[in-house]
Parts: sequence; C-alpha cells; structure tokens
Amino acid sequence: MKIRKIIAICAAKCAEKASVTIFHRQGVTWAGKIALKIYPDILSELSKQIKENIFVVCGTNGKTTTNNMLCAALEAEGKKVVCNHTGSNMLNGVVAAFVLAAGWNGKLHADCACIEIDEASTKRVFPFFKPDYMVLTNLFRDQLDRYGEIDITMNILKDVMKSAPEMKVIVNGDDALSAFLAMDTGNPYITYGISEKVVDDKDSHEIREGRFCKKCGALLDYSYYHYSQLGIYACTKCDFKRPEIQFDASEVNLRDGLSFVVKEPAILESDDQLSEIRNRFSTSYKGLYNIYNILAAYAAVKSAGYQTDHFQKMLEEYNPENGRMEEFEIKGTKIVLNLAKNPAGFNQNISAVMQDELLKDVIIVINDNLQDGTDISWLWDVDFDRLKNANVNEVVVSGIRCQDMRLRLKYTDMYAMLESDVEKAICERIENGCGNLYVLVNYTALFSTRVVLKRLEGAK
Amino acid sequence: MADTKKITIGHLYPDLLNLYGDRGNIACLMKRCMWRGIDAETIEYNLGDTIDFSELDIVLLGGGSDREQMIVCSKLQEIQPDFKSYVEDNGVVIAVCGGYQLLGSYYKTDEGVMEGLHLVDLYTEQGEGRLISNIVLQSDLVSMPVVGFENHGGRTFINGNKPFGKVLFGNGNNDESGYEGVVYKNVIGTYLHGPLLPKNPEICDWLIERALERKYGQCDLEPLDDHEENEANQYIYERFAEHKSR
Repeated sequence: MKIRKIIAICAAKCAEKASVTIFHRQGVTWAGKIALKIYPDILSELSKQIKENIFVVCGTNGKTTTNNMLCAALEAEGKKVVCNHTGSNMLNGVVAAFVLAAGWNGKLHADCACIEIDEASTKRVFPFFKPDYMVLTNLFRDQLDRYGEIDITMNILKDVMKSAPEMKVIVNGDDALSAFLAMDTGNPYITYGISEKVVDDKDSHEIREGRFCKKCGALLDYSYYHYSQLGIYACTKCDFKRPEIQFDASEVNLRDGLSFVVKEPAILESDDQLSEIRNRFSTSYKGLYNIYNILAAYAAVKSAGYQTDHFQKMLEEYNPENGRMEEFEIKGTKIVLNLAKNPAGFNQNISAVMQDELLKDVIIVINDNLQDGTDISWLWDVDFDRLKNANVNEVVVSGIRCQDMRLRLKYTDMYAMLESDVEKAICERIENGCGNLYVLVNYTALFSTRVVLKRLEGAK
Repeated sequence: MADTKKITIGHLYPDLLNLYGDRGNIACLMKRCMWRGIDAETIEYNLGDTIDFSELDIVLLGGGSDREQMIVCSKLQEIQPDFKSYVEDNGVVIAVCGGYQLLGSYYKTDEGVMEGLHLVDLYTEQGEGRLISNIVLQSDLVSMPVVGFENHGGRTFINGNKPFGKVLFGNGNNDESGYEGVVYKNVIGTYLHGPLLPKNPEICDWLIERALERKYGQCDLEPLDDHEENEANQYIYERFAEHKSR
C-alpha cells in the first residue's frame, strides 16, 4: 500500500498549499482529513518513524504556548521536531502535522514530536499512537456547550491515560483536578508547580473549580491560590493533597516580564547522591500563567533526559506570533493582542493588563461561532470588576456578541462603546485613543483580528 | 414610607451550583434594586448551613454538574419542609437549569434517580442526547421576548402547571411540548441561562415586584434606562426567532 500512502501525502500537501493562504488554519485541517481518507493508517505509520519521543500536551489553557515552547526548547538542543504549531489540535490537525512534515516518499526524519491535542479529541488520536509523555497543564471550565462539564473531560482523559499505562504524565501539581487524574490513573507522573505566594488572592471573586476532593468528596482546604483553583491544597478529610513538586518555581518576580527560579532534584550519576539544581529563568513577556507554561515545557524536556543548555536563550528568542501577548505598533500606538477564551484565561488577561500601570484603551472582541462555543454565559464568570482598577481610558466592545459584552460591563459600572466591526473599532482607537491599546479576543476573533492588525501594521 | 425598602436574596449552594454564569442573575437582582434605591443583600448558603426562609425575599437555585447536583440533592431533603412552606406562602424563587430540575419530584438518569424537593408537581427524565441551543420564548409574564441559552440532558414534564413561556426558537422542556419552564405561584423554573436575568430585565423586575408585594403589600417599580438590555435582547430575538415567526 505504499503507493496509496504516497498519494495520501501528496494530496494532503497540495491541499494545504492550495488552501492555507486563503483559509488560514482551516487548510491544515483539510490536509489531515484528506490524508486520513485516502490512507487511514497514515498516522500510526508516520508516528512510528519518530526516533526518540512523542510528547502530547493537553489541558484547558496554555496548550499552544506550552507545546510551541517545548518544540522550540528541543530544537534549540539540535533536535528535529514534528509539531502542530498552529494549534490545530483535533484528529485532522494532528494527522496534518505528521503528513506535512513527511517527505514525498512517506519518510519522516524526526527525533521528536510535540503535539497538542484537544482533550475531547484524545480518544480519537490515542488509538493511532501511544505517546511517551503527556503534559497536562490544567482543567478549567470551557465551552460547556461543546465539552459538557469538567467531569466529562476528566473521564475522557482518564480513559486515554489508562490506555497508555507506560506514558509518563507531566502534571501541574497546583491544579487539584489535574493532579488527581495523574495520581488516580496509575501512570508514572512528574510534577511542576509554584511553591510560594505570588499574588494577593483575598479580593478575588474568581470562579474556582474543584472545591471538593475528587477522591472523597470533602471540602479542599487551600492555604492560598495563585489563580482560579491553582494553589496549595489539602483535603480536610482524606489523605489527598498537593503532591510533592519536582520542578518547583520560587523567587517569582512579575515586574517587567517574568523572572523566577526553578528548583529540581538532581541525581548525580557519579555518586547516586541527591542534590538540588537551581536555574533562574527570565522573559520579557508577562502573565503569571506563562510561568506554568515555561515550567511545563522545561519539566518535559528534562524528564525525557534532554539537555537544557539553551533553554534561557530559547525563552529570549521565543516570539509566539500567534496572538498570545503578541505586540504590534501602528501609527504610534502600541498594541497587545491576547487570546481570552474562558473565565480562567480572561482573568489572567486582566491581571496582565493591570501589570501595565500606564493609561490604556481596551477592545474586547467576543464571537459565538461553533469553535468559540455558542454559549457565552461564561462572560459572567469573568471577574471584570478588576478592570475598573486597571487605569483604563476607554473600553470598546466588538465582535458578534458585542451587545452581551457591553451589558456585562454595565454590571461592573463600566460603560463601553459599541462597534461590532473589529477593524473600525481598532482604527477608531488608534485615531482617538491614548496610544496604548490592549485587544482581548476569543477564539475565532483571534484570527480575524490578527489579520487586521498585520495588515494595518504593514500599511503604515 | 420613609423607610427604605430592602430585599434579601438567598443564593443556595453557590459552591456547587454555579455553572453558566449564575452569578449574573444575582448581580442583576441586586443592581436593579439598588439602581432604584431599594436596599439589596445576598446571603450565600453552603451545604450544611441552616436557612431561615423567613428572612428571605427571593431564593436563587442555580445549576451544577450532575455529580454536584447529586451531592446537593442528598442534603436538600433537610430543608424541604421549610422551603415548601416558603413557596406555599408566595415566596419568590428563581430556579435555573439543575435548580429547575430539583424543584420537582425526581430526576431520573442512567445513574439512578435523584429525589427532588417536591415544591412543584413536575418531574424530569434523562433523554437521548442533550438539548443545546440558543432559545427564545414568548411569556405571559412580560411583554418582551425572553432570550437565553439552554443546555440540558433532562426532559421535564410539568403536568398541569403553567409553563414559563412558549418556545419560538430552541427546544424547551422536552422534545415535544413546545413550551419551556414552569410558573407556580411566585416560583419560576427554567432551563434558560445566559444568564437569564440581565438580558430579560422584565423578568428580573417581575421577581422583584412579587417580592416587594409580598413583603410590603404594594409596589411600583421606577422604570430604568434599559437600552443596553433591550438591544442585547433584541439582537438574539432578531437573529434566531424573528424570521421563524413570520
């Protein structure tokens, strides 16, 4: 069936070339779909050609950033990596990543694969290959109309983890839900976390998931929270508690980007003696959540036994260019574009806006297309009250559901301008705003908004 | 009449029943009182807390995951007699999603049968697939259409009770009736979230009016500037229901 495989690869590559320029990410998905149709074994065959390790990244928030950083970190150590960079993370997107990386002859020359997978899609992907490592970033409420409740997502992940009992799980130990899963399935696991109080959590009105122990149902007791339900916890009744953290961040500084120390136990091969390694990492981009993304990538690279000599350099050079804290400069206005697609992510976005003490304008773009989730009631679970203290000049709401967003802000006593057309909203703020603009967008709004910003930047 | 009026809202089990932006309903009730100079307070009750229904004017029972609903329902029987007297005494209740299901006699799922509160004569059974959609109703209680979002696996049957509204777009109580929710005395049970009240200010005011009437014997709510509310409501109505009802 070699011919068929080659036809599949050719067809997919052509489809991708023909469509990506017009339809952006959609084209990648089509390429995968076509390849799978022509040759259903394509994914299992290509994935077998990975010489060393297959990493998958799952979890509600941080998948794309963590996966791309992991890929960049491996590449920085000279590895050849297959990666679904664009964040196409359902079965077709995963297939496309492998197919597009393969040669026309069906040969794949790669040491590793870094693949982010949508949690609900894991059950469709895992039958084709069993990863060596799974990074599990966190579990938050997200798109209840598509995925259902978190309990359903947890059950899916539990099943796939059990289907790959050798797979090592690299888990955020600060998330009681993710940590419980890793401990419960019997897979070997490695933890990362932040072991010092970084932010003042007492005035927060965030929705916190998993207040109750997944093991026995009793209330969890938190000594403090980092954000959402991430923090230091122990069950009030049974022995479930935050696991011991292997890749442990401390001495965190959130001013002017990020800076923190990672401590990890080191087994010295020479004398079997346990000691501790400390490394300080710093980045120019903001957001407490990025510490978790960096920790996850670092823990994955180290756990798989790779060098990390170039990790800090990778962080310095890492430029996502995918609408995650992406910066633009248009007619003298500094613009930051950031994705905010669920309450946990949006609350973190607001924190990042607040860290910038300068006066700023904010545009919020909310769509309700299928990929966003057609139910936008989650806007009411975001703690928008804090925007009032963020030195905001003017808020403009845009996108398909701008009316809902404007109404949401009315309930925080903020009165927003309404402009459903994103381009007009951006141009208006460049014209009349204060020169410092944050554009917070949900999923499908990200691509259209980014196209507008790129074009405006190019046209200056 | 010199005394300021006050409304006390009881929010039941927000730790467990807090899906789909329920806090927006609380915020809406509070703000629409306060914007009119009526004092408003919300008391949150967690599992195991004693609830004195005599100090409450409006009770909100929200929705949770099936698992969380199961935890709640085992505890609910303890408060059932007091809750029932409150309802029969014209106490105001807004019950959404899972909270709506809990009003009835039972909710039967594949996992078993959850005993309800027996406050309203209705019952719910899990059906094939979930009913997930934007939804628009026409309700006798108000003049504007009622808009929201529904996401439920349970099919609710309200026996002889009055429905909350007629479905113009979406599914409603079950696959066949064409009606949504229930109204019994001063209780509204509904699958609509979104959350329900901000985009349906007339429903919010209906609840506040009933609570004030019960407490003070009379009530004239001052009109508010609702253009943001009305435009958001109108948008959903036009997008989903208008072309269908023509």
